[in-house]
Amino acid sequence: MTADLTIAITAGVLVACGVYLILERSLTRILLGVIIASNGVNLLFLVASGEPGRPPLSNLWGADAIADPLPQAMVLTAIVITMAVTAFVLALAYRSFQLGGHDEVADDVEDARIRALAEADEQSDSYEDSTFSDTGEDSVSE
Amino acid sequence: MDTKGTLVLFALIATHAIVACLTPAISRFLGTRTFFLLALPPAATAAFLLSQSGRILSGGTWVERTPWIESLGIELSLDMGLVQWVLALVVSVIGVLVLLYCRWYFDDRMPNLSSGVLLAFAGAMLGLVTADDLVVMFVFWELTTIFSYLLIGHDPTRRANRGAASTAMIVTTAGGLTMLLGIIAIGHEAGTFSLSAILAGPPTSTLAGAGALMMLVGALTKSALIPFHFWLPGAMAAPTPISAYLHAAAMVKAGVYLVAVLAPAFSSVPHWRPAVLILGASTMVVGGWRALRQTDLKLLLAYGTVSQLGFMVLLVGMGTKAGALAGLGMVIAHALFKSTLFMIVGIIDHSAGTRDLRKLNGVVFRAPVLAALGGLAALSMAGMPPLIGFITKEAAFEAMVFLITGDQYGVTPLAGMLLAAALVFGSAITVAYSLRWWWGAFAPKDGAPVLDWHAPALGMTAIPAGLGVASLVGGFLGHPLTELLRPYSETLPLGKESHGFALWHGFTAPLAMSAIALISGIALFVFRSDIARIQATFPEQTSMEEMFHRSMKLLDRLAVETTGRVQRGSLPVYLGTILVTFTILSLSALMDVRFWPRVMWFSSLAEVAVCALIVAAALAATKSRGRVRGVLLTGATGYGLAILFMMWGAPDLALTQLLVETVSLLVFVLVIRKLPRYFTNRPLSSSRWWRVLLAMAVGTTVTLIALIAAGARKHTPVSDAWYVATYEFGFGHNVVNVALVDTRAWDTFGEITVLVIAATGVASLIFLQTRAGELTSTDDALRAQNRERQSDSSPAVWLRAGQTMSPIARSLMFEVVTRVLFWLLILISVFLLLAGHNAPGGGFAGGLVAGLALVLRYMSAGRHELDDAVPFDAGRLLGSGLLLAIGTAIAPVFFGGKIFQSYDVHLNLPGPDTVALFGREFAFLGDLHLVTSTLFDIGVYIVVLGTVLDLVRSLGSGIDVHQLHDVAPTPIHDSTKALPARGRRR
Repeated sequence: MTADLTIAITAGVLVACGVYLILERSLTRILLGVIIASNGVNLLFLVASGEPGRPPLSNLWGADAIADPLPQAMVLTAIVITMAVTAFVLALAYRSFQLGGHDEVADDVEDARIRALAEADEQSDSYEDSTFSDTGEDSVSE
Repeated sequence: MDTKGTLVLFALIATHAIVACLTPAISRFLGTRTFFLLALPPAATAAFLLSQSGRILSGGTWVERTPWIESLGIELSLDMGLVQWVLALVVSVIGVLVLLYCRWYFDDRMPNLSSGVLLAFAGAMLGLVTADDLVVMFVFWELTTIFSYLLIGHDPTRRANRGAASTAMIVTTAGGLTMLLGIIAIGHEAGTFSLSAILAGPPTSTLAGAGALMMLVGALTKSALIPFHFWLPGAMAAPTPISAYLHAAAMVKAGVYLVAVLAPAFSSVPHWRPAVLILGASTMVVGGWRALRQTDLKLLLAYGTVSQLGFMVLLVGMGTKAGALAGLGMVIAHALFKSTLFMIVGIIDHSAGTRDLRKLNGVVFRAPVLAALGGLAALSMAGMPPLIGFITKEAAFEAMVFLITGDQYGVTPLAGMLLAAALVFGSAITVAYSLRWWWGAFAPKDGAPVLDWHAPALGMTAIPAGLGVASLVGGFLGHPLTELLRPYSETLPLGKESHGFALWHGFTAPLAMSAIALISGIALFVFRSDIARIQATFPEQTSMEEMFHRSMKLLDRLAVETTGRVQRGSLPVYLGTILVTFTILSLSALMDVRFWPRVMWFSSLAEVAVCALIVAAALAATKSRGRVRGVLLTGATGYGLAILFMMWGAPDLALTQLLVETVSLLVFVLVIRKLPRYFTNRPLSSSRWWRVLLAMAVGTTVTLIALIAAGARKHTPVSDAWYVATYEFGFGHNVVNVALVDTRAWDTFGEITVLVIAATGVASLIFLQTRAGELTSTDDALRAQNRERQSDSSPAVWLRAGQTMSPIARSLMFEVVTRVLFWLLILISVFLLLAGHNAPGGGFAGGLVAGLALVLRYMSAGRHELDDAVPFDAGRLLGSGLLLAIGTAIAPVFFGGKIFQSYDVHLNLPGPDTVALFGREFAFLGDLHLVTSTLFDIGVYIVVLGTVLDLVRSLGSGIDVHQLHDVAPTPIHDSTKALPARGRRR
């Protein structure tokens, strides 16, 4: 099978542009990055399906003439899922804007707290020093 | 004996589980009397077991088998021989008694969770002691661990309960997992997981030996032997009846049981015997020694249990005939007296409000019968004749004497002497703490406060009374007990036959040992204050428990350090890590590629032109500072993609891409109209070049992977067979569409589920408390604005909602175009849906077109128009679409087909087959070919339509309402900032 260089490079550029945007802070930009990268990945399926062919309609064209239908079925699924993801992340961005006046992804506060614990050489909050001794003083039995 | 096909025991176990689940419902009506009902499953079990006594005692077995995981050779199988039968009987009888006792112990506060779990535990325990398949046994084993965890932690608000529960859980689960490794090793070597088959022909390889030792570790943790003993005293945090059952009579015996069944086959495995003998003896001594200084009656018993468990494991584990007989006898005796003792402690606690032996004063005068019973059980524990504890301990000492006199070559005489001395010493301590227990519970003491005592319920006393008397009667039943257990002891390969259980064997060495133990035990008790002084002078040791807690603390610190180091909390850092890993791993794999892929530059010039446009749009999108520009440029890459799909021979893809891109663009516009116009300025320039570098690396990797993967491909595509299959099995000509609704319908089904979830997620993020916003029709809106009903208000008239909007926001042009396009779009959507099976189209494309038609109405006349168009919640569309899809998936099963199988029907409609119009022939009536998978496609259509509707309702109407109520910030014109909302934010 022969690979189409133009399509492969275009896919690479789309993924690169997507990655650049995904590494941003603004949710809208991250989302644009996800969409562009998804488009790039969908293009990869074109590379995988080989050279262009006729539409896979068995009443119109012969088995040798048509393009490979399997990647098409997969991409079709991917396209629709991307739409669902787009809408969901947009709603997230809007909610973030509604609450904070911007749509930026801030650093996780909880993680910063754990880092502080690690630097102070302390245990986590979920840790309990729950010793029970057999002296009967702090007995556990009921 | 073949009992194939009957699943009585499985049914009994299931009954335990079912009744356990129903407990909360039943207890609402019966209160604590529910316990009478809960005692029924174990009672039925006991009755069944007794009915099988003839079969078992004549050497038969009760076998139940049913296939489970055949590919792994695991089957649900039970095989009840003698040992299993005895233990199952102990478990069920004590279970009945404990559950009955609970009825009074818990007064009026019915513990729903604990009582249900207790019954479920009884079922799991029954499964554990009768399971034949080791994997099945492991499942029951871990179930008992979990139930024990729940019962110990019955009051999660108390720190002690939490700590004790998790300690018990961690220790026994660690042992359980080790055991699982052992099971796998033995199963691998033996070629079967069936316990009976393994015991019949035990594998002798080193791996199997290691497996046996690993199983031994599991048994030692469960039975709380040194060095894992510390979890058992903590487990006393559970209510007393539960401690009596789990942590004295049943669960901790699981380890003894396991050792007992493995010993005939594996006791000669290297390291087995030293481990069992040394750990057993030291557990007996250490447990007893600690029991001597307890002031809490229940803790005293707990350490006593640890001590006795050590004794029992030692006896059954040493692998001689006499030891096995004595050990199994001990199991029965211990179950009898220890549960009696626990129940009496429960009664004292209940009646006096304390278990502290320093506060209990003169209980013997208040409850003489109870004191007598307690004395009986305590003396049985001490091994005093004529009680059952005595005759079993005699047999145990005899086994030790055999050991010293060379019963088997594994133990040297000196080691045997030492061991015997340890056991006699352990027994002496047992005598001492038995006396201490009775003295502490019942005796009058100087200086202790006067007791506040109320008499216990009759039933509450009757149960330990029965058990206590059984200890006494058992002492005189030595001969039948011997006959009962002898067949098991004979399965052991080594050692002399025991003289059995009896009160009198003549003046023998065991009798002398018993006497020494009794006398020195009494001395230990009498001189207890001196002993306590001596105990106090012992140097402080780091206990195993402390080491356990230290290691838990260390683990927690390690987790904090690792988390602190790894979890930076920054999204770009995480994504960057993933992408760098992706690049490095992929490139290093590509390094190994030894050929040049066959590559062509391009297949047509048009393709190059489109690609150039896509690349330009993508690059510009990364640089754009304004939201709208970025979105439009991103959209351009998508439209470019649609053109490429078209050129590649993928009209379905092109169509869907075009529609999806349009819907996405509209959804984008709906949201970003309310966001600031520009992205915020952030000082990101420092990291920009790094990001560019990473982006280029990832992009290059992707290109290389694409070229090499495509160039390396030499096999024929799997989809070659689809060409023919599509029509033969799917009855359609459009291969892609048939793939979606038939060949790979599961994928599509998963996908529409994702759509439903995403749409619900979006709606939830906007409406927060409800699934959908309030629907308000145009009429409602006009009424709310105090305006007259319009003259055009007949139901057939549509697009009236424009009147509710500000004239500035209206566009006459747009409204006219909407009137022209709406029904046309709906018509096209239905056409795409129905034609999709044989021509480009299908449910996705159709649903999207119909959705776009709705978006059009919303855009031209606002949210009230949308509510007029679809006067119900989008969730109904989503749900009914999904239901239809599920229905068409399952329906074929009822007609003898498979899930998602398609059928076709040919209808011949009367009338002309074709009509001539404009000089061409068009198909009209005649043969109509219907395929059932179209119904599935209709489900897809409805879900997609519902999704788009939900998106417009949320991101369009919902955000409109937010603006109306001023609950979202208002962007400042030409800025990156926004003014805070003044309305009350929900």
